[in-house]
Amino acid sequence: MKLSGRVHRYGANVDTDVIIPARYLNMSDPADLANHCMEDIDGEFVKKVKPGDIIVATANFGCGSSREHAPLAIKASGIGCIIATSFARIFYRNAINIGLPILECEEAAEDVKSGDQVEAELASGIIVNRTTGRTYRAKPYPEFMLELIESGGLVDYTQKKLGTAS
Amino acid sequence: MNLAEKILAAHAGKDRVSPGELVGVKVDVVLANDVTAPISITEFRRIGVERVFDPARVIFVPDHFVPNKDIKAAEQAKLMRNFAREQGTVYFEVGEMGIEHALLPEKGLVLPGDVVVGADSHTCTYGALGAFATGMGSTDVAVAMATGEIWMRVPPSIKFIYKGTMPRWVTGKDVILYTIGQIGVDGALYAAMEFAGDAVERMSMDARLTMANMAIEAGGKAGLFAVDDTTLSYVKGRATRDFTVYRSDDDAEYAQVLEYDVSVLEPQVAFPHLPSNTRRISEVGNIAVDQAVIGSCTNGRMEDLRLAVGVLRGHKVHPYVRCIVIPGTQAIYLQALREGLIEAFIEAGAVVSTPTCGPCLGGYMGILAEGERAIATTNRNFVGRMGHPKSEVYLSSPAVAAASAVLGRIGSPAELL
Repeated sequence: MKLSGRVHRYGANVDTDVIIPARYLNMSDPADLANHCMEDIDGEFVKKVKPGDIIVATANFGCGSSREHAPLAIKASGIGCIIATSFARIFYRNAINIGLPILECEEAAEDVKSGDQVEAELASGIIVNRTTGRTYRAKPYPEFMLELIESGGLVDYTQKKLGTAS
Repeated sequence: MNLAEKILAAHAGKDRVSPGELVGVKVDVVLANDVTAPISITEFRRIGVERVFDPARVIFVPDHFVPNKDIKAAEQAKLMRNFAREQGTVYFEVGEMGIEHALLPEKGLVLPGDVVVGADSHTCTYGALGAFATGMGSTDVAVAMATGEIWMRVPPSIKFIYKGTMPRWVTGKDVILYTIGQIGVDGALYAAMEFAGDAVERMSMDARLTMANMAIEAGGKAGLFAVDDTTLSYVKGRATRDFTVYRSDDDAEYAQVLEYDVSVLEPQVAFPHLPSNTRRISEVGNIAVDQAVIGSCTNGRMEDLRLAVGVLRGHKVHPYVRCIVIPGTQAIYLQALREGLIEAFIEAGAVVSTPTCGPCLGGYMGILAEGERAIATTNRNFVGRMGHPKSEVYLSSPAVAAASAVLGRIGSPAELL
């Protein structure tokens, strides 16, 4: 899967409360959540994000709460992929489970700037910054994780395993 | 193997597991709350099974926005309630419910040696009982509800050894805030934190629950304590089923071993906007507060309420401060009532709420306006956590929060003596 988009860049420890504040957790429809995505860290995000755009951040992206509303809001806002130095554990699982592509790559996370046009290839982990011409390589996924991603997320993977796919 | 590895190996049906290994693990308990359950239920239906794997081991607790804060929250609570009734799972209605991580240990539903997964990041609280308990998202929990199993990567373990006698006013909360201040909010990322040492061995169960609760604030997957007489006397008379006690081997391996002398600690305050942004109480300076919150899954237990009353008694809450006290469960509320603690809170000018997560995550029951500051015994002080994105939360023990409520600024209980 090859993804391409314009970058929105943030720093370290982007927590789930700024990704989707709890005042909106009385809803769980991704489209409703997307209207408030990143609201407390970047009030302009919802206005400027375009389908396929990429979020780049440094360490510990998605720390804090287990709310799956956070990756759901990001995915529904149109973001195609998140590249970060590292992800908080629960956010990492949630993103893979719901089919939001994420890549761990410190070099890219440090180097890429807001507005850069970036391409990412999930299976190989190759990231290309079309604006600067630089290339980076993300940490490869463990085989099982790739299988999850290729199945379309954890529920689809489980359906296959249980033979309940309709 | 260490404690985390022992529990995971047993639940994966293996003799040994090693850090980094991906394993399928049988779960003893699966839980979700009114915020996370609606997504879990949708995903559960999508999996295509009719029934949860074992209704006695699937637990729903309405605590985040319940008693219902608004119509949308009421709809979410209703959805969860209906699903619990349909499936015959464990469920606690308003009147019986409490904050999930205060409630489940109290009811003997989570036990030593368990693997617990919950759609709430503070599920790690049960590590205080010697369980491997970890927070996950709604989809993971849906799969665990359907199959009774979940995949995990065996985490590396970091051992934290606490030595010495804790000075007066230094609590489990101060020890864990200090630790997070030392290692950072991703200092234990993906790792299991194993808490040990003579200081920990002397700690009450309430203090251990507070420490394990905040493992996630260092990025930890779990925070575990060895089972000892304190644990066993806590679970005695509560346990709803048999359990197994696992122990770290003498030659257990750790990714890191860190030692701290708690005898030199002061009460800690975490400044906005990270739990790792800690300072000693003597270095806080003059910070006026508009609100003090005493409660949450971190510090809403009996020991916490007793400690707060010990500080408040004979004093009045400062006229510029709203002091909000939230007992963690109905049983704690009732015990506090019988001990005269509720009366003491009210006489001091505090309000006492029914159990709820409420203000901790900026839900309701004490939301901050722009520019307002709270001292809180809760677990997170991220931007906008308790309300307006331009409000501030400072984290502390119940003793410091109570003293600050009286002083009108963040201060030490020692100042009131």
